[in-house]
Amino acid sequence: MLSRVADRIYWMSRQIERAENMARILGVTSNMVLFGTRETREQNLLAPLTITDSAERYFEQKKPVTLQGLVDFLALDPDNPSSIYSCLRSARENGHAVRWQITSEMWESLNTTWLEMRRVRRAEIAGAGATRFFDWVKDRSHLFRGVTYGTIMRGDAFNFSRLGTFLERADNTARILDVKYHVHLPSVKDVGGALDHYQWTALLRSVSSFETYRTLYRDQVLPINVAQLLILERRMPRSLAACFDQVTQAMERIEGHDRAAMRLASELHARLTHADIEEIFQDGLHEYLTEFIGDMNELAMRIQRAYLGTA
Amino acid sequence: MERREQFDEMRSTDGEVRAHFGPIAEWLARTPAKRVAEKRREADLLFHRVGITFAVYGDDQGAERLIPFDTIPRIIPGTEWEELARGLKQRVDALNRFLHDVYHEQAILKAGLIPPAQVLKNSSFEKEMRGVELPNRVYSSIAGIDLVRHSDGRYYVLEDNLRTPSGVSYMIENRKMMMRLFPELFERQTVLPVEHYPALLLETLRASAPPRARDPVVAVLTPGQYNSAYFEHAFLAQQMGVELVEGADLFTKDNTVYMRTTSGRQRVDVIYRRIDDAFLDPLAFKKESMLGVPGLFAAYRAGNVALANAVGTGVADDKSTYPYVPEMIRFYLKEEPILANVPTWRCGRPKDLAYVLEHLAELVVKEVQGSGGYGMLVGPTASKAELAVFRKRLKANPDNYIAQPTLSLSTCPTFVKRGVAPRHVDLRPYVLSGREVKLVPGGLTRVALKEGSLVVNSSQGGGTKDTWVVE
Repeated sequence: MLSRVADRIYWMSRQIERAENMARILGVTSNMVLFGTRETREQNLLAPLTITDSAERYFEQKKPVTLQGLVDFLALDPDNPSSIYSCLRSARENGHAVRWQITSEMWESLNTTWLEMRRVRRAEIAGAGATRFFDWVKDRSHLFRGVTYGTIMRGDAFNFSRLGTFLERADNTARILDVKYHVHLPSVKDVGGALDHYQWTALLRSVSSFETYRTLYRDQVLPINVAQLLILERRMPRSLAACFDQVTQAMERIEGHDRAAMRLASELHARLTHADIEEIFQDGLHEYLTEFIGDMNELAMRIQRAYLGTA
Repeated sequence: MERREQFDEMRSTDGEVRAHFGPIAEWLARTPAKRVAEKRREADLLFHRVGITFAVYGDDQGAERLIPFDTIPRIIPGTEWEELARGLKQRVDALNRFLHDVYHEQAILKAGLIPPAQVLKNSSFEKEMRGVELPNRVYSSIAGIDLVRHSDGRYYVLEDNLRTPSGVSYMIENRKMMMRLFPELFERQTVLPVEHYPALLLETLRASAPPRARDPVVAVLTPGQYNSAYFEHAFLAQQMGVELVEGADLFTKDNTVYMRTTSGRQRVDVIYRRIDDAFLDPLAFKKESMLGVPGLFAAYRAGNVALANAVGTGVADDKSTYPYVPEMIRFYLKEEPILANVPTWRCGRPKDLAYVLEHLAELVVKEVQGSGGYGMLVGPTASKAELAVFRKRLKANPDNYIAQPTLSLSTCPTFVKRGVAPRHVDLRPYVLSGREVKLVPGGLTRVALKEGSLVVNSSQGGGTKDTWVVE
C-alpha cells in the first residue's frame, strides 16, 4: 500500500490509543489525589507529566501543579500535541486523509469522537465530570478498535492499524510502570518490601488489571507480581508481552516486510518470552524498562523508515 | 434558432405528457405528498450518510456539503439518445484528430480553416507536445460535452470539456439512489444502466498504457482531500480498484514513474490525472507547484507513462476554438456535424462584429480568455449603461469576444417549495476514447434550482438529477 496511507493509518491508531492511555493516567491521578499525604499527592500529580515527557512544557506555562492544571494541559490544551484533544483531532485528520482506505464505520467513529470532543467545555470536566469524560475517551477508543477489528479486511490497512495500537500501548505500559516504580521506590532497598497498597492498586486499575491480578496472584499486591503481570503475562492484554505478540504478528503479515524492523521486533518479543522476573529485578527494573523503551523507539524509527516514508 | 418559450422535457406544447415521462407523471399524480416528502427525506439522509459531496469539508462542521439532488429524473427516449451518442462520438473523434494534427502536421492550419495564431498563440498550446506520439492518437480519453436543448427542441453543444471533466460520480451515485428509493419505477420502464462506467473507464485507461506494460498499473492522481472534486477522485479510484495517489506519493527515476509503497517502489503505467497541466510537474511547468511530480513530463514524453487526459489538450476546448469544431468534423471526417454548435459570432471578424454591435441587447457576449462572470454580458438583462460600456470594450478588443444568442434551456419538473415546478436543465454526457469511443447512456443532468435561473453550476446553487435513457 502507499506509504503515506500506511503512515496515516498507523498514526491514527497510535493517537487513539494515546488518548485512551492519557485518560487512564489522568483518571488514576484524579483518584489518587484524594488519598495520601501532601507529598504523595504532589508525586502523583507529577507522574502524568513524567510518563508523557511533558513536565518541561508544563512548567514553561509557569502555572502551579494542580489537578485542574493537569487536566487543562493534558486533556484540553490544543497547543499540547499529546493532549487528549490534540490526539483526537490528529486521529480524525489522519482518518479524513485516508477516508477511502478505511471502512466507513472506522471513519464515522473517528469523526464522531472528534465532533463530540470539540463540544467539551472545561467547566463540564471539572470535579466529578472529569471521570465521566475519561470514561468517554476510553469508550471511544474501545469503539474505534472494535470497529477496526470488526469491519476492515485483513490486509495491510489492518496490519498497520494493529501495529500502531499495540506499539503505543506497549510504550505506555512500560512508561507507567517505570514512573510508578521509580517514583514510589526511590531506594533499591525497598524492593520486595511492604508498600503503599493504594499506589499499586491504582496502577493496576489504570491498566484494567486489578481483577486479573487477584485471579492470578491471590495475594497482597506486591511490586514484583505487578511487574510480572504488566511485563511478562501474555494473558493480560495490556502487558508488554501481549502487546508484542500483536506487534510481531502484525509485522509478519505486512506484505514485503522489512528485515531490519522485523529482526528487532522479534528480538524484543523473544526477550519478553524468555525473561524471568526475578532476574529483571536483580538487574534493576528501572534499567530494564528504560532499555526497553529505548529499543521500542528504535523499532518505531525502523518502521517509519522501512514502510511509512520518513515522518 | 427561433422560439422563445422553453422546451418542456415532460410535456409537449398541447399539455400532454410525453410517452417516456408517462410512468413518472403517473407516480407523481397518484402518490400522496407526504409519501413523496418521505422519499425525499430518505434520499437526503442516505446522501449524508454516504457522504457524497463536492465541497471541501468546512472545518467547523466536520461535515461536507452536499450537492442538492432532485428525485424527479430527466428522461430521454432511447432513439433520441442514439442520435446524440452518434453526434458525441463524431465530435470527440474530430477533436482528438484536431489535437493530433495541431501537434503534428498542422494540416488544418495550412488549409486556412483556423487562423494559426488562434492555436499556436493559445495559452494552452504546449509546444513540448509537438511530435509526441500518443497511444491510439487520443488526447482526450475522457471528455464531458455540455449539451442544452433549446426551445426548438434540438440539442446544441454549449461547451466541450476535454481536460478534467467532473461529475460522473454523481451520475453513478444518483442512479444508485434512485434504484434504492423507487425500485417500482425501474420495473415499469427499461432504464439503460450506467453502473459500468468505472469498468469502461478502467478499460479506456489501460488501453492508453505504454506498449511494454503487459499488465498496466493505473493510478488516479488527485490534488488531495482539500480539492472540491476530491470525492470523485477517491470514488473512481475505489470503483476501478486502483490506487489514489497524490504528487508526493510518486517519484521518477530514469524517466519512469514509481509509487512509494510499503513494499518498496512500484512502477506506474497510466495516470488518470485530475490536476491541471500547469501544476503537473515543477520541473516542466509551474515551479512552485507542490501538487505535481518532478520529472513526470519527461517520463511522459519518453513514452514511459500515459497521462489521461494528455498535456496540451486545452487548446481544443476553449471558447476561441469552439466555433471551429463543425469545421473540424468536416475536415477530418468528411461528414456533416450531427450535433450543432450554438450559433456563434466571432467578434474578431468584421461582419460578425457589426452584427453583434447591432443586436447587442439580444445576445450573450463572452470573453474568449476567461470563464464567464466578469467578462460576460447578458444582453437581454443588461441596462443601457452596461450595454454602452460593453460596446466600448468590444470595439477596443474585438478579438477577445464571441457572442451567442440567449439560449432557452429546456425545463424538467423539479421539486420546489410549493410542489413540483419546471426548472432549467442541461446535460453532460461522458465520452470515453480508448481503442474505440464509448459512452454510458445519459450522463449528468444539472438543474438550476432557483426559479427562472439558468445557472446550473453546483458552486452557484445548482443541483443534479438522475438521467434516464429509456428503451
